[in-house]
Amino acid sequence: MNDIAQQDKLLAKFKPFLETTSTRWYLILLVLILIFAWGISGLVTQITGGHIVTGMRDNVVWGVYIVNFIFFMGLSYAGALVSGVLHLFNSEWRKPIIRMAELVTVISLMIGPFFIFLCIGRLDRLHYLFIHPRIQSPISWDVIGITTDLIGCFIYLYLSFIEDFAILRDQKSINLPKWRQKVYKFLALGYTGTPKQKKIIHKSRTLMSAMIIAIAIIVYSVLAWIFGVTLQPGWDSTIFGPYFVIAAIFSGSGLMIILMWIFRRIYHLEEFITKKHFVNMGVLLLVVAAFYGYFTFCDYLTKWYGSVKINAELIDKLFTEFNWMFIFANYFGIIIPIVIVGIPHLRTIRNITIAAVIAVVALWVNRYIIVIPTLETPFLPIQESRADWLSYSPTWVEWSLTAGGVAIFIILFKLASKFLPIISLSEMSGVDHRELKILE
Amino acid sequence: MSKKEESKSRRKFLKTGITAGISAAAGLTGGGVMANKAFAGGAFKKVKVLTTDGKVIEVDEALVEAKAAPETIGRKASMVGLPDRKFVMVVDLAKCKNARACVDACQEGHFLPKDHEWIKLFYLKDSPQTAPYWFPRPCFHCDNPMCVSVCPVGATYKRTDGIVLVDTERCIGCKFCMTGCPYSARVFHWKEPDVEQPDVAYSPETNVPAKEGTVGKCVWCADNLRKNKLPRCVSACPMGVIYFGDMVEDSVTNGTETVRFSQLLEDRAGYRYREELGTHPGVYYLPPSNRSFTVESGFEGHDEEIQKRYEQSVNKYKSKK
Ligand code: SF4
Repeated sequence: MNDIAQQDKLLAKFKPFLETTSTRWYLILLVLILIFAWGISGLVTQITGGHIVTGMRDNVVWGVYIVNFIFFMGLSYAGALVSGVLHLFNSEWRKPIIRMAELVTVISLMIGPFFIFLCIGRLDRLHYLFIHPRIQSPISWDVIGITTDLIGCFIYLYLSFIEDFAILRDQKSINLPKWRQKVYKFLALGYTGTPKQKKIIHKSRTLMSAMIIAIAIIVYSVLAWIFGVTLQPGWDSTIFGPYFVIAAIFSGSGLMIILMWIFRRIYHLEEFITKKHFVNMGVLLLVVAAFYGYFTFCDYLTKWYGSVKINAELIDKLFTEFNWMFIFANYFGIIIPIVIVGIPHLRTIRNITIAAVIAVVALWVNRYIIVIPTLETPFLPIQESRADWLSYSPTWVEWSLTAGGVAIFIILFKLASKFLPIISLSEMSGVDHRELKILE
Repeated sequence: MSKKEESKSRRKFLKTGITAGISAAAGLTGGGVMANKAFAGGAFKKVKVLTTDGKVIEVDEALVEAKAAPETIGRKASMVGLPDRKFVMVVDLAKCKNARACVDACQEGHFLPKDHEWIKLFYLKDSPQTAPYWFPRPCFHCDNPMCVSVCPVGATYKRTDGIVLVDTERCIGCKFCMTGCPYSARVFHWKEPDVEQPDVAYSPETNVPAKEGTVGKCVWCADNLRKNKLPRCVSACPMGVIYFGDMVEDSVTNGTETVRFSQLLEDRAGYRYREELGTHPGVYYLPPSNRSFTVESGFEGHDEEIQKRYEQSVNKYKSKK
């Protein structure tokens, strides 16, 4: 199909969504805002009442918050994977889902760090991280890494938006309010699509996509080292860097499948997002699940087989108190995606999406049983009479903020997809790319 | 040396001189062995002090107290260790029967809330056949402290005299040090401290007044050490379990007897808890041998809350037999 025709078709497709807003859209937004407000009320409670309102205590000093933090940071891998890796391999099929992936990356990178802020007792001193940094601390590495990642991903996202802004500025078929046209015009930065401009944009995008892969690996390894560098049983593991990276890709590709399914339904994108996309992403999920399962197995086998007392205690805890979580996260969460995608006649769009949902939820649980049981197994036994000091259970405050995080994720996604088509218009005119064959 | 520094160091000298004078007047050995009753002897109207030009004079005590009262040790000053000192603690497990006097003295001395214990008493049993024992755990003031390494803002630091301190005015409360410490020595102010805090200027050497949302831990009573006094837990223990002293002088004291540190370790097979972690603790333990009391006696005479703490461990140790 000819590029312009393709573009026009897409524009026509998104016309109703860009032009008008349905009541359903507002209703869902309202529900999400209410959930978010619940989260805010949790935040206010925590700030006024102190951390005592959470389930965190002296042993489990980080609870669900840090689990959410690693989880959201992991989701940001969707972008690094789809737009980065697949960009470098120049896979054509990725084009319709590129925009989604990039949005996931930037939005989850914006939300993730908020959860680590919630672990911090003195938010009023947050700026000390910048004015009194100690480079020896993995937290400082994280601060540097995450800011770099966020800035890098923003630039990358923006680069991929410019052409679309220009298209939206120039198109006549959709009626947009004046202010929006102005915004598009401003954001398009005077891009007119001259060969020189095209070349610059595509060059920088290829460069950024390579950089983003590197940054993503570094950021997630650093995140893993927050745990890995300590002496705690279950954390003090050399495998944690790569293990976390793989886990992140796992959740990132899972989320991509879920989003593909959702947007395909909402915008009726059946002709753009086809079964092929689900199968391809599914196969990716399968491969990553295999690696991830292998790493999980290696990690626990070595801990279990050797007889270091504290590791034995941790394993014991995992197989008793956390038994069901362990089974769900590390058996179901890995085996189900592999089986569903692995057996060809099970590979329907619906099944693959179910597999992806299981994978993403299981990964959250997996993060939970990495963080909590270890903190409940200190070298010196926890000798306490108060139940909440003995074992961790999250309070409503933590759940409200978790729900609030998910809500704001969806809200931002909704807003972004209102502002720009969720399928990149310029990407779909693929000819330019092949012509320029960047990085020759 | 700049003028400012010069005057500062002169002031310091003056102060040390006066403190030393008071110690001498109070009938203590001026040589540096610490005792727990620093001011007890001479707490009356007139005291002898040493003037800058080396004369010993008698002045009104109140006057000296006022002058000698050290200005608050701020962050900068608290980062410098006491010169030529390397503090060390030895805990004699053979004498500990969970009297908890150390905990009480510590809590009181540092205005700590009830759930915020800097020194904790554990009931441990190393293997199915060995005997259980009571294990007081202050901060180990490690020579390779994990907590210091991981702090992102330099709120916790190690001094030349061995002490590890937390500056709760710098601490952002990220709790990374709590996960870093393998001995669970750090505790968090989860809420506004429910013990009334004295109206004094803050010093990292005491961590008073306490601040919500920051970490705290045993400071080996750095404020007392500056005044040549023993840490509160040492003086409080009725059994003389805890010895404190100086590795440079090779002497430790529990308030009643002063012994040679190296000799004590040699005679009693001293060891450090979990040496294999490589943190190089500054606290040594003497094995719980030849105890003249039963370990169960440690359960008696405490609140129900305290007794309940150990239930789980008692059951666990029993079941493994
Ligand atoms: S909790 Fe405070 S002392 Fe501990 S690592 Fe964080 S900032 Fe440093």
